[in-house]
Amino acid sequence: MASLTDPPKESFRLGMLIYDTRYRSLTIQIVALFVFMIFAAWLINNTLANLAEQGKTIGFGFLSDPAGYDINQRLLDYSSQSTHWRAAFIGLLNTLLVAFMGCITATIIGVIVGVLRLSNNWIVARLMTVYVEAFRNVPVLLWIVFTMAIMIETLPAPRAFKGENPTANMVLFDSVAFTNRGVYIPEPLFSRGLGDLPVLPDRDSPACAAPEAGAPLNDSCGVFQISLDLILIVAVLAAGLYGSSRIKKRADRIQNATGDRPTTWYLRLGVVLVPLAIVLAILGFHLGYPQLKGFNFSGGTYLRNSLIALWLALSLYTAAFIAEIVRAGILAISSGQTEAAAALGLRSNRIMSLVILPQALRVIIPPLISNYLNLTKNSSLAIAVGYMDITGTLGGITMNQTGRELECVLLLMLVYLAISLSISGIMNWYNDRVKLVER
Amino acid sequence: MTKSVFVGALALACVSAGIAAAGTLDDVKARGKLNCGVATGVPGFAAPDANGEWQGFDVAVCRAVAAAVLDDPSAVEFVPTTGKTRFTALASGEIDMLARNTTWTFSRDVDLKFDFVGVNYYDGQGFMVPKELGVSSAKELDGATVCIQTGTTTELNLADFFRVNNMSYEPVPIETNAEAQQQYLAGACDVYTTDASGLAATRATFENVADHVILPEIISKEPLGPLVRHGDNEWGDLVSWTLNALVAAEELGVTSANVAELAAAAGNNPEINRLLGTEGTLGEMLGVPADWAVKAISVAGNYGEVFEKNIGETTPIGLARGLNAQWTSGGLLYSPPFR
Repeated sequence: MASLTDPPKESFRLGMLIYDTRYRSLTIQIVALFVFMIFAAWLINNTLANLAEQGKTIGFGFLSDPAGYDINQRLLDYSSQSTHWRAAFIGLLNTLLVAFMGCITATIIGVIVGVLRLSNNWIVARLMTVYVEAFRNVPVLLWIVFTMAIMIETLPAPRAFKGENPTANMVLFDSVAFTNRGVYIPEPLFSRGLGDLPVLPDRDSPACAAPEAGAPLNDSCGVFQISLDLILIVAVLAAGLYGSSRIKKRADRIQNATGDRPTTWYLRLGVVLVPLAIVLAILGFHLGYPQLKGFNFSGGTYLRNSLIALWLALSLYTAAFIAEIVRAGILAISSGQTEAAAALGLRSNRIMSLVILPQALRVIIPPLISNYLNLTKNSSLAIAVGYMDITGTLGGITMNQTGRELECVLLLMLVYLAISLSISGIMNWYNDRVKLVER
Repeated sequence: MTKSVFVGALALACVSAGIAAAGTLDDVKARGKLNCGVATGVPGFAAPDANGEWQGFDVAVCRAVAAAVLDDPSAVEFVPTTGKTRFTALASGEIDMLARNTTWTFSRDVDLKFDFVGVNYYDGQGFMVPKELGVSSAKELDGATVCIQTGTTTELNLADFFRVNNMSYEPVPIETNAEAQQQYLAGACDVYTTDASGLAATRATFENVADHVILPEIISKEPLGPLVRHGDNEWGDLVSWTLNALVAAEELGVTSANVAELAAAAGNNPEINRLLGTEGTLGEMLGVPADWAVKAISVAGNYGEVFEKNIGETTPIGLARGLNAQWTSGGLLYSPPFR
């Protein structure tokens, strides 16, 4: 009887964890994970031990105490009696405001400069090169401080507008004032406004007590208040744009069917502007002009010099990077595309907007995202010009007055992380839509 | 800025245990150098002179402590701190003591875990405006734009003052005294507010001093003094009694001119003898040589001499002694007895 021998049973030996290639990578990963966890545990433990030694405890209760300080630029109602939470929120809105304005402006300037850098006009192309190199190679903090210094030192103080023979004058029919504290522009006002709608109101608080008939609601009722006028105007505008897009689609259909495109620009313009004008007239729209009263101008919208300096410097700085990205995106499209489009009889500006840029977007968007993130994070340099962003409120005054460094910095990091992840989430969604669909 | 805050927090988390655990006094002796936090540049109080040497009223406290502990008034590493960075620097152990016109308040003493060891200048918050505005009282400042250093008590006092008086204002937050000066002179703010002594010091550096007035209102109490970390009492005692020694020396008539002579042998006045170490063992109790106070006083003289040299009426800053006179002449300076 032939005896069948079992294949030698492999017994597991400890040494195999290192010498057997099947297990080795797993071993290394587990060891690395343990080392990392021990390091993290040591870091946390060390922090807690040191805090305990200083007699400090970790807690976020201080955020509910009154902040005690004032913030100059506040998009929502805020006073020195509001909580630190509220102050942090006001700062967050300021951060978002400058980041939003900056991203849009930087994109517009960046695309224009990027395209012009490829211009056949020698002077234009060289000028753009000078712009890009100058802004890209100087730290953004210097640009911010420099812009602020220019505004403070060259523009007149409000008191220069005073008196019989003022040394400074308002421009544009006395409606806009450029001062070294900022720019005052007319503000939209409504004589027959619809009032405000409180969001998340606390009905029991005295601020929300029923106002006298016709009197406006107390400003501090609710977390914030939304102007009903604004909602109405936005709704009418959105409806108009929708109508306009329907008209365009119809023109496209006709063009596809007959080859003739009906003239639609006056229809499209009218469907947006006429309802808007009617609504504005009903609401009693008029402009409130800034006027010099006492130490400062009052009335009108006040764009602080800190906001303008930060916004301009961040936009111009980031636009230099975006210009290079746009240029790279355009150069990535083969010149055959341009030539083919030219052979079809398209003019050069149509070639750029219909053929080159849509294809270049695939290359442009991923690095564009990181530039948006950079701009947002760079906005934390705001404190250099006294712009009260979230680093200035939560990470500045609140931290300093309460002495809660760890909590404030942790919260601050969390906030920036959330903003950055949101931006990259939105941009990645957009990127998925414009990228080439490949098999 | 984010970076420095983060590094500060990290330093707070990691470094402090090692330093706070050991006595600061031993650390300073072992290092042979005192790390002293000062302002980034307030003329008269703490500012580098033409040779890069730090000079001023607050700097003198640092030098006196260094002389008492290390017998060398130049063994000081001056660390410039802003209103925002000063507390983190002290808590993290980056500096051994902070002498930077810092107001003694309850929450800083109790909640921030620091010990104020005394008061070297009794101050109050004031306002400075250009004369051409025609303002004669702080109550007329409704609607004004105010330059203010962030992270200070003045920021909170200002908010309270305007709220209580039902006035509005536009705060312009500023990081350092130099920036505030630039904005104020350019007219980007109507008013500059800080401690009255700081206003006087800043005004002294202006080209046309007479064009600017300091308003009569003093809206707060600002006792300024050196501070150390909470819980290190030996070190706190040493800084505290060095400051007291300068004050007591003025009261007892010990000056930089006669201190060597008085310390050479025990004299008639037992308090002077104990102060200068010719009698008793006060130095030993503090853990420093018996002639520690002699060294501290020899650096720049007693409190009065330091005051006159840096910020007194003969200097461009021109501050009167006022509240900062000895208790014997109607002021608030009062050193506990050396006994």
